[in-house]
Amino acid sequence: MALPEVKQTATEARLATLTMPDAGCTRAAREDALARVLEMGLPGRRDEYWKYTRPDSLVVPDATPAAVFADDESLVFSEFDRLKIVFVDGVFNADESDDLSMEGVSIDRLEDICCKDIHWAKDLYGVLEARGQTPVQRPLAALNTAFASDGVAIHVTGKPSKPINLIYRHASATSDAILHHVIRVESDAEATILETGPAASRFNKCMEIDIADNGTLHHVRAQGRDHERRAATHMFTRLGQESTYKSFTLTVNGVLTRNEQVIELTGDDAVAHVAGACVGDGDFHHDDTVFVTHDAVNCESRQVFKKVLRNGATGVFQGKILVKEGAQKTDGYQISQSLLLDDDSQFLAKPELEIYADDVACSHGSTSGAIDETALFYLRSRGVPVKDATNMLTLAFLAEAVDEIEDEALAEAIVTRLEGWLSRHS
Amino acid sequence: MAALDQTQVKEGVDQETVDAVREVGTYKYGWDTDIEMEYAPKGVNPDIVRLISEKNEEPEWMTEWRLAAFERWTQKEEPKWAMVHYPPIDFQDQYYYARPKSMEEKPKSLDEVDPKLLATYEKLGIPLKEQMILAGVEGAEDAPAEGRKVAVDAVFDSVSVGTTFQAELKKAGVIFCSISEAIKEHPELVKKYLGSVVPVSDNYYATLNSAVFSDGSFVYIPPGVRCPMELSTYFRINAENTGQFERTLIIADKGSYVSYLEGCTAPQRDTAQLHAAVVEIIVEEDAEVKYSTVQNWFPGDENGKGGIYNFVTKRADCRGDRSKVMWTQVETGSAVTWKYPSCILRGDESQGEFYSIAITNNYQQADTGTKMVHLGKNTKSRIVSKGISAGKAQNTYRGLVSMHPKAKDSRNYTQCDSLLIGDKCGAHTVPYIEVRNNSSRVEHEATTSKVDDDQLFYCRQRGMDEEEAVALVVNGFCKDVLQALPMEFAMEAQQLVAISLEGSVG
Repeated sequence: MALPEVKQTATEARLATLTMPDAGCTRAAREDALARVLEMGLPGRRDEYWKYTRPDSLVVPDATPAAVFADDESLVFSEFDRLKIVFVDGVFNADESDDLSMEGVSIDRLEDICCKDIHWAKDLYGVLEARGQTPVQRPLAALNTAFASDGVAIHVTGKPSKPINLIYRHASATSDAILHHVIRVESDAEATILETGPAASRFNKCMEIDIADNGTLHHVRAQGRDHERRAATHMFTRLGQESTYKSFTLTVNGVLTRNEQVIELTGDDAVAHVAGACVGDGDFHHDDTVFVTHDAVNCESRQVFKKVLRNGATGVFQGKILVKEGAQKTDGYQISQSLLLDDDSQFLAKPELEIYADDVACSHGSTSGAIDETALFYLRSRGVPVKDATNMLTLAFLAEAVDEIEDEALAEAIVTRLEGWLSRHS
Repeated sequence: MAALDQTQVKEGVDQETVDAVREVGTYKYGWDTDIEMEYAPKGVNPDIVRLISEKNEEPEWMTEWRLAAFERWTQKEEPKWAMVHYPPIDFQDQYYYARPKSMEEKPKSLDEVDPKLLATYEKLGIPLKEQMILAGVEGAEDAPAEGRKVAVDAVFDSVSVGTTFQAELKKAGVIFCSISEAIKEHPELVKKYLGSVVPVSDNYYATLNSAVFSDGSFVYIPPGVRCPMELSTYFRINAENTGQFERTLIIADKGSYVSYLEGCTAPQRDTAQLHAAVVEIIVEEDAEVKYSTVQNWFPGDENGKGGIYNFVTKRADCRGDRSKVMWTQVETGSAVTWKYPSCILRGDESQGEFYSIAITNNYQQADTGTKMVHLGKNTKSRIVSKGISAGKAQNTYRGLVSMHPKAKDSRNYTQCDSLLIGDKCGAHTVPYIEVRNNSSRVEHEATTSKVDDDQLFYCRQRGMDEEEAVALVVNGFCKDVLQALPMEFAMEAQQLVAISLEGSVG
């Protein structure tokens, strides 16, 4: 079917600014992805999947400039012993990065695998993204697959001793970065991936994660701080039997952030948890879009998203649990809640269930409201100043999402981060 | 219902529920009435629109209104977003107007109505006699005399056959007649309100309805009047290849009250038939309207052949402060249901409620829910939806709760539960929640375990275990909804009361 004219024009204009890297073994995947982009067109305002978030600034040919702030953001996990992989404005920086060799994992730069004809990543690059295009289209991810200029391929074969930290530094006001990472976790292997930093004025990031039977991947991400950046990120995860995937994202400000998580439970007894805490003040739009597909027996999925909004900030949650025929004994849970600290902010949610199996327990809940006056009164009656009491309650509200992080030290770092935001913004 | 008999039912699902769903699935109204009919030519075009208008002896302004709607319809596209799949409908391969020959001259009283028609309604359990007790309603004899009277407007294919108790209602100042009659007798009211809640070009099916609606009911309750009896419309599709397009307009003026019932059935036929209705309700200050539906159109046979495609637009506009509207629906029929009774809560402190039980079986598909649009301050809404899916059916709840910036201190509570019987069916939930101010509270829940803590505590205190207590409260609640249905629906509802939602999924 031909695309609507507006969409066709917008897509062509964007594509005109991009050139496909000379890409060795990912060439075929990139060309297929480009064909998908041309077929779907880039997202437009009238698309149902973009009902609550305007995709315009993510689609226009040139990124809107964003001021570069003093960067303390990529330092969130600086206290931790970790392996640093640094990207400046979306370009790998060898000087700032650590030596990429570590036991239990092999890390290659996308550029290096591009010149090889045979590489394990070839069977993953663009594959999960392509699978993730049905039943809902995600054209920005296909665009990413086709034109990603950098990224890493992480092959987890054992249990590396420290987390891998992908650090995205922002240096130029007009940077427009497209990064694509592929991660494969082998059987019985386990790793933790951390992501920090604003990345670029406009950031399109895609991560494809394939977890083999009994594999485990932890993912903790801290996005943005007082930053004007715009970002669209996609994480495509496929889980094998008895494997585990746990992901947490902290989003602090940013003009526009759209985080999509596309999770497919394909092996029996797999577990996937995704959580997000987001705090927004003023000109802030944050969108969590999650799509979990249960395609195996006895799997568990959990979505916990909490948003605190003030001064006209907007929070969006679109979450879906799809239980395919035969995916019996599924345990699916989804909660999205917002705390609106003033009257100008808004919360827009679409928590969906689509169930084709009868022996399942799926539930979802969504609430929105102001801070609990009774609790506030209680704290005040105990002598806590109103500002502190509000912060205390706000933090308690977000705690349910932060608690999803298994590693206590990492959770602590996130809480410190949140406290910092609250003290600056109250 | 063979499919259901062999179904392995998951542990925890009540056998009583399975039996009740099976019972509901046997269609009892599949017979047809052999009566000589008069049809307009097949298809829809401006000439047909004019013809329908002419048959109803409508004034010029009405004809123009219809033609404008038709013009808009030709520019619109069929909506595709609902989770229902059906072969393309050939809108030109339908009759848009069919009436019994004997209705050519409008009967002046019920005594003049063709006995065949009267017999049809008699058989459906809706005797068109001004009698005190409706046949077949158990326990009706014990009910207080006041509660027993029901005025009926009977619509047969494209025309209203008759309206009972008109004289008695007139005494109370209530106008209850067919809409074609209202257009002639009360043009000022129709002109003022028609299309004011569901605009002509609201959606594809509403626009088509605006162009070709043939009949329907009209209700006006004057200020301060509590309607002395329940009002009811019974829709019957009889003719083959005929679409039914009825239009209902209910106006509850300041401080008035009315309870309105709607029932519908159709004969069993191999080809699908179209039904696209529009219901508009205007609720003024302090007024209250209760609208209850038992939708029992022919659902198609067990192989998914035939059945009614039910595309309905129902909306209530709570214009005045403290106005209240309550939608209750029991959806058991139709091959395809596309229906979202909505409330616009414009007046301050206005209230909207939506209670729904949708049961689908075999190849039935239902995509139904509600919209609660909170515009006024202190507005409240409550949504309780129970979907039950069996056989190869698909059941979707789709709803919107919207709190506008000015709707301060408003509340919404939504609960939607689904139950699957068998592993070949589907149950889906698609809620949209839009909160644009912080003094409003919105809660959306889709679990059976979250029931009122006080009630739970009470039960547990009496020695029940948690599970038992939850089941009791949830069951009690479900029954509450059903028992809130007017007595005339009691027969059908009684079977449904047996339905428990234990083992349901969110």
